Amino acid sequence: MFITCYNDTLFPATGKAVVRVLERLGHTVEFPAGQTCCGQMHWNTGYQAEALPLLTRFVEQFRGAEAVVVPSSSCVAMMRDHYPKMAEEIGDVKLKAEVAELLPKVFEFSEFLTKRLGLEDVGAYYPHRVTYHASCHGLRNLGLGDGPQRLLRAVRGIDLVEIAGLEQCCGFGGTFAVKNAEVSSAMLAEKTNAILNTKAEACTACDNSCLMHIHGALHRQRTGIQTVHLAEILAGE
Amino acid sequence: MSGTALDPRTAPTFPMAAKTMMGDTQLRKNVRHATDVIQAKRARVVDEMPDWQELRESGKQIRQHTMEHLDFYLEEFESNCTKAGGVVHWAKDAEEARRIIVALVKAAGATEVIKIKSMTTEEIQLNSALEAAGIHPYETDLAELIIQLGHDQPSHIVVPALHKNRQQIREIFQREMNLPELGETPQDLADAARQFLREKFLRVTTGVSGANFLIAETGGVCIVESEGNGRMCLTLPETLITVAGIDKVVPRFEDLEVLLQLLPRSATGERMNPYNSIWTGVNPPDGPREFHVVLMDNARTEILGDAEGRQTLNCIRCGACQNACPVYRQTGGHAYGSVYAGPIGAILTPQLQEMHHAQSLPYASSLCGACYEVCPVKINIPEVLIHLRNKVVKQNGMLNAEALAMRAMGMIFRSESRFRAAQRMGRMAEAPLVRKDGRGEGWIGWLPGLLGGWTQVRDLQAMPEETFREWWEKRESKEVASGN
Ligand code: SF4
Repeated sequence: MFITCYNDTLFPATGKAVVRVLERLGHTVEFPAGQTCCGQMHWNTGYQAEALPLLTRFVEQFRGAEAVVVPSSSCVAMMRDHYPKMAEEIGDVKLKAEVAELLPKVFEFSEFLTKRLGLEDVGAYYPHRVTYHASCHGLRNLGLGDGPQRLLRAVRGIDLVEIAGLEQCCGFGGTFAVKNAEVSSAMLAEKTNAILNTKAEACTACDNSCLMHIHGALHRQRTGIQTVHLAEILAGE
Repeated sequence: MSGTALDPRTAPTFPMAAKTMMGDTQLRKNVRHATDVIQAKRARVVDEMPDWQELRESGKQIRQHTMEHLDFYLEEFESNCTKAGGVVHWAKDAEEARRIIVALVKAAGATEVIKIKSMTTEEIQLNSALEAAGIHPYETDLAELIIQLGHDQPSHIVVPALHKNRQQIREIFQREMNLPELGETPQDLADAARQFLREKFLRVTTGVSGANFLIAETGGVCIVESEGNGRMCLTLPETLITVAGIDKVVPRFEDLEVLLQLLPRSATGERMNPYNSIWTGVNPPDGPREFHVVLMDNARTEILGDAEGRQTLNCIRCGACQNACPVYRQTGGHAYGSVYAGPIGAILTPQLQEMHHAQSLPYASSLCGACYEVCPVKINIPEVLIHLRNKVVKQNGMLNAEALAMRAMGMIFRSESRFRAAQRMGRMAEAPLVRKDGRGEGWIGWLPGLLGGWTQVRDLQAMPEETFREWWEKRESKEVASGN
């Protein structure tokens, strides 16, 4: 498992849930200790030179893995969309080959379940009213489609309600949320209104980054609505 | 918005301008409504096309191929247009283009011109140059007329008056056309504009247009429009002057088969434009007797020289990315400080300024990818945005607060032990800011400095007691101890 830097630091519960689900399905999870960050923040903010060494680090940590499962669509999108080009830029032929070999084995968590394992029902129980937020990177860059919703529909006890404007960005966008705080807040307000309209108890997604941003506003507004990563719902028993 | 032209060289930064624009509730309502309507229309006519993705790919191939051989196709266009009786002029920048056009209008002995909607003439601020030379330009496109009469600026490349609603348009017409009794149905407004313009069409003998496409193979120029006013400007005047960026050329007549399917469906959600005009040079018994084309570079060759930024020039100005953009939806077009707003503006404007101005625009995006998804020629706008961010960072050097923080983070991520130390330090540093909420969870409601943007409308949950890796290591050592 590649947990990613912010999940490791801020959302350990998500990592534990991934381990729980995968082990319940009979898989062995390994956690290479030297892993840190995929480089997305640097790359997307324009600090390309700072991102390059993180590619090399990722390859060193995960070479030889049967599959690399990542509970963050935006980090997987970063790797898929930019690692080949980054390897090109570093100009190391061996690294390029390794990236080409490793990338097809990298999966976002829900994608690993639906596409690699071909599963929908992972034996979860979660008796709550939930709405699903499709993060932009999962939706557009990874093409997750309705995979996450299919996993959720198979959860026992769940009451899954659809949100209006599913394809509309929540306004997080990494450093965008700070650099363009006003615009980001206005986008977020549209999203939280849509969530409130679903009357859900919790909002879920494949990205804790969007959820941290959404939860921040839901908490500020004292709505009582929680956010929870998809893995944590699928780990429910 | 005042009558001051949108000029990226003097415009405030995007976050500042956005803040101002977002204070205008009426404008935001208008923009949301208009973009929702156009998007829904677009979706309907795109979804009915079984081969839309193939069409997009062909569109991309055509544009990419053209850009790779731009010099060749431009010369081919020049020679064919000249053969057909047109006169081709070359302008290296906006200044030269304005000079050529003003001189041509003067040579025709005109003091007035009628204009077809053209973003290129907006890009070079042609109207103010004409006025300074004592020539009065009349905009004939309904939306451009609204902008001109309202002393306003365009906020969208296809629907320049998208930020105005019908009531506001009626007020402008009542005031500027002196029609206090004017009604507010679309028909009333269209009739008023028709009355107002008809007389200009018949009187003014010089027309100025932009171009959607220049056809190298034939030397022809193509313009598509919805109202028919363009057709009037192209046929009634004695002298017609077209100004186009050198990126507007396409190799063959046949290429329009693809592009004229992609453009109207993406732009206005129509299967075909009501008026499609293609003219080639001059034709003595009919139409203008003199035809000039001004081919303008204005930083386009510079963009062409940048392998990663180059795809920006593939744009066919459909505006679909603007309608789809969640940022544009909140701010409208004026916040971008350029006639090119929205995602295309965020990548085109800084490059047209050769990265000397508009450096905040590449950051005016959450990188959600909605623009790339709708772009009919598959311009990977998020990729270009990131590329331009990198250029901005390189320009700004590594000695500012953000760069230093980024460098420090880079150092941290390059070492496992530094990463662990940073995780521990983060917990210590945030401790004074954390407050418990009703559920006993720790939250932060205020952050200092650059990060303060976050806590304007959001709280931040405190860091958990234990990172994932700490939990994992404990678990592993327990397993070892229990002999598992
Ligand atoms: S970038 Fe693409 S979507 Fe945007 S205006 Fe140009 S062609 Fe249309």
